[in-house]
Amino acid sequence: MTQPNRRQLLTRSAAVIGAASTGLLLPEIVRAQSNKVRVGFMLPYTGTFAPLGVAIENAFRMALDEQGGKLGGREIEWFKVDDESEPSKGVENASRLVQRDKVDILVGTVHSGVQMGIQKVARDSGVLSLIPNAGVHAATRALCAPNVFRTSFSNSQPTRALGKVMVDKGHKKAVWITWKYAAGDEAFEGFKESYTAAGGTIVKELGLPFPNVEFQALLTEIAALKPDAVACFFAGGGAAKFIKDYAAAGLKGKIPLYGSGFLTEGVLDAAGPAADGIYTTLHYSDSLDTARNKAFRLAYAKTFKLQPDVYAVQGYDTGLLMIQGANAVKGDLSNKKALYAAMESAVIDSPRGKWSMSKQHNPVQDIYLRVVENKENKVVGVAAKALADSGAGCRMA
Amino acid sequence: MDLANFLIQLLNSVQYGLLLFMLAAGLTLIFGIMGVVNLAHGSFYMLGAYLGYALCAAWGSLTLAIAGGAALSVLFGLLLERLLFRHFYHRDHLDQVLLTFGLIYIFEEMRSILWGDDVHGVPVPAALEWSIPLTENLSYPAYRLFMSGVCLLLAAGLYLLISKTRLGMKIRAGAFNRDMTESLGINIQRIHAIVFAMGVGLAAVAGIVAAPVSSVYPNMGSQVLIMCFVVVVIGGIGSIRGALIAALLVGLVDTFGKVLLPQVASMLVYVLMALVLLWKPQGLFKQ
Amino acid sequence: MSTARAHLEVLPRSIQLVLWLGLLALLAFPWIGSDFHAQMVSRMMILAIFAMSLDLLQGVTGLVSLGHAAYFGLAGYLLAFMTPPGEPVSLWWTLPVAVLGAGLAAAVIGFFVVRTQGIYFIMVTMAFAQMVFYLFFDNKVLGGSDGIYINFKPDAVLFDLENKQVFYYFTLACLVGVYLFLRRLLWSPLGRTLNGIRINEHRMRAMGYSTFGYKLTAFTVAGALAGLAGYLWGAQTGYVNPELMGFHMSAHAIMMVILGGMGNFAGAMVGAFCFEYLLHLFKDLPTVGGFQMGKHWQLWMGSFIVLVVIWAPRGVLGLIQRFGGDSDA
Repeated sequence: MTQPNRRQLLTRSAAVIGAASTGLLLPEIVRAQSNKVRVGFMLPYTGTFAPLGVAIENAFRMALDEQGGKLGGREIEWFKVDDESEPSKGVENASRLVQRDKVDILVGTVHSGVQMGIQKVARDSGVLSLIPNAGVHAATRALCAPNVFRTSFSNSQPTRALGKVMVDKGHKKAVWITWKYAAGDEAFEGFKESYTAAGGTIVKELGLPFPNVEFQALLTEIAALKPDAVACFFAGGGAAKFIKDYAAAGLKGKIPLYGSGFLTEGVLDAAGPAADGIYTTLHYSDSLDTARNKAFRLAYAKTFKLQPDVYAVQGYDTGLLMIQGANAVKGDLSNKKALYAAMESAVIDSPRGKWSMSKQHNPVQDIYLRVVENKENKVVGVAAKALADSGAGCRMA
Repeated sequence: MDLANFLIQLLNSVQYGLLLFMLAAGLTLIFGIMGVVNLAHGSFYMLGAYLGYALCAAWGSLTLAIAGGAALSVLFGLLLERLLFRHFYHRDHLDQVLLTFGLIYIFEEMRSILWGDDVHGVPVPAALEWSIPLTENLSYPAYRLFMSGVCLLLAAGLYLLISKTRLGMKIRAGAFNRDMTESLGINIQRIHAIVFAMGVGLAAVAGIVAAPVSSVYPNMGSQVLIMCFVVVVIGGIGSIRGALIAALLVGLVDTFGKVLLPQVASMLVYVLMALVLLWKPQGLFKQ
Repeated sequence: MSTARAHLEVLPRSIQLVLWLGLLALLAFPWIGSDFHAQMVSRMMILAIFAMSLDLLQGVTGLVSLGHAAYFGLAGYLLAFMTPPGEPVSLWWTLPVAVLGAGLAAAVIGFFVVRTQGIYFIMVTMAFAQMVFYLFFDNKVLGGSDGIYINFKPDAVLFDLENKQVFYYFTLACLVGVYLFLRRLLWSPLGRTLNGIRINEHRMRAMGYSTFGYKLTAFTVAGALAGLAGYLWGAQTGYVNPELMGFHMSAHAIMMVILGGMGNFAGAMVGAFCFEYLLHLFKDLPTVGGFQMGKHWQLWMGSFIVLVVIWAPRGVLGLIQRFGGDSDA
């Protein structure tokens, strides 16, 4: 076999580098021009929040399918990226959808730390960004933007309704425990504000890194502190574990457990009887006795063979909001002024009750008080009516 | 912190430490005896946990899952050793690092394809679902005691194996001087295979046993891997006794750190490791 | 370390040709690719600088560090702390501060770490890097697990770094600069000594060299250069997060260096580009017969790494050399 000479090496190397560059650019070249609306999901499909991501996507699609599966008369092309609830990859993943896949609408995400990455890309690029869960304050406060809309909650909203409830039940000394990241910190903010305002004292604030579920040492600490009650924020798989560990440590029944409703959303099957008697506050409950909620639950269960939870409702409402906006501009999403105006003034007929957008694009909604009974969150009252986020620092309106 | 609380946290530390020991024992064996840096050890833990979850769901019994999981993982270890690791004993540490890092990726995907990407809880067996009341407020879950018991049993078994049996003698000889042992007619190839399979089995069983307590989730291997290496290095590479002492130390520092100094809790273990190495550069019990 | 791995210190013609071609391609790329791709290649170039800094430590001096990303991340964080939320900060003093800061950290940590040998060295470097990681991860005042955003790229006065193409060429200039600097260093007396330490430290000590000092110098310079890469990374992505200092980032660097071929810096660059390119390629694979190939990219990446270790132990450069028409060096 003859050794390849210089010229052959040159041409071969050039060919490799050329192929590599084309490989990088190929997805862009191949993407034909079309009139379809590009919707991109950036959600967790792996890890502790995976069921939440799936619920949001399911319900969003269901909302669109109920209205014919089109947006403003246009067909839809779907894109997906798994954000793995990893803040370090947030900007990169969002950039993928926005710059490479060129989505018109970005729906995402669940984790508040990842949301900051999306927020950055959304503000830089101007893409329409719909937040179906992540409650990070900055998205509708200091970093608010006309193209960013949230259909879920801000992290302190549910816990701001919790403080007074606990004091009214006679629990004046409490320990707070959560994951140490944006959502946990901001949930604490809401709790602290409402609990101290109602006359309660926070004995200690405990935290562990996300998504750690080794609660044993901290549960021992809680027992040693002997508070009147424990308030917490956990969600997804971690929440189920916390409920079970709390009971296994013998604290259930001795020290009442409270939390924002995420503690008991979508996890009651896994948590079992350990969850009975836990009071939570949330802007939704599965047992809400309205026709709208019943119809939604039936439709979702039939389509996906799963019971819906607050995450599904939020995904559903995101779809409803988008439909209202798209219809108002008859599918012309480039007409931003009219599109945003329509979405700002939208009233969403949601399974959680009717709600509207605040000026900073966050929902103004009722917060319900619920208690767990036999694997269901039973509504026992309204903890706060038409609660809005402060929106402090937002320069819109 | 009063006495009762202190003792309970001590119990927590010991329980965590014993679990770490099970993992570290396997790693220190593989490293000490075969000189192979195995970054994929955490993956064995994860695969074991998911396998245990699947077996438990299929057969309904955790005990059966542990037995089945142990058998399957030992087989897997033998296969892996024969196909891959055998050819890397004489290779550079760097090559081993690279190889095992590639394996981490492959094992993560294997897990994703076989068992999906969700977090799963594994139910505590009904027989162990009670708690022992320790103070007026706090009870200790019986299952955690069972876990510690299993780890202690395995530790004792390992000790007996290594120091009191012929096989253990051959293993120690092989660790001391491979060529000499081989020239004495001992099949060192088989010894290595057994040791490797044992290491994999220990890690997998640790995963199954710990599953009801820590849940099974993607990436559970990488967090525990680093801790494992810290334990092995503090204890001294190749020393089982060192791994036990180091694991208990790490359990203590980690548990009390979380409660007393939460701001620097995670750092403390590494500070411990750095201090130990500065005092005894080869670990506490280097042979 | 190993003598079986022949380090290509004098780059044969075949490899020089490939490098020149690569440079031409990099110069031309922004004109044929979109902004998104220019950003992607910028990131590859930054990682190439990071890989080269590790090559100085690993390939030349023979010290395998599992904690090199600590200095990379630290420099990024320094930029984040120096940049006020509302306006950009000057490039011309923040860049040296970040580089020197990373170098200082490397010197301090190196002082403790360089006295250990072999596997213990690997472990202690990892331990210190993990310490730094958790310091930032657990403390909100330093940004916590959610990280810090850098809202404005550094202000260079003479040229505008907010322009993606300008930033690309600035990064390319840094890449070429670092490469030339390191090649010079390789053939300097310092470089020759470091090489000697890798091949046989005892002999060097017997000849009278204070190997501790030399190793510490290599550790510090490598850390400072990693800091340069980290600064650029923070400026480019506009976001820093403890993962930048973590175990995975360090392991990636090691893989890039080994993949490309160690000891000559060209390999580190090639390794970085190949690694990142393959990462993107695998992540974008289509769904075939219901099996999402892109989702399971780790399977392809892992298999590729395993295959390289088995069949191409001298990395990509070794392959090029073998098929490049030159007689084996």
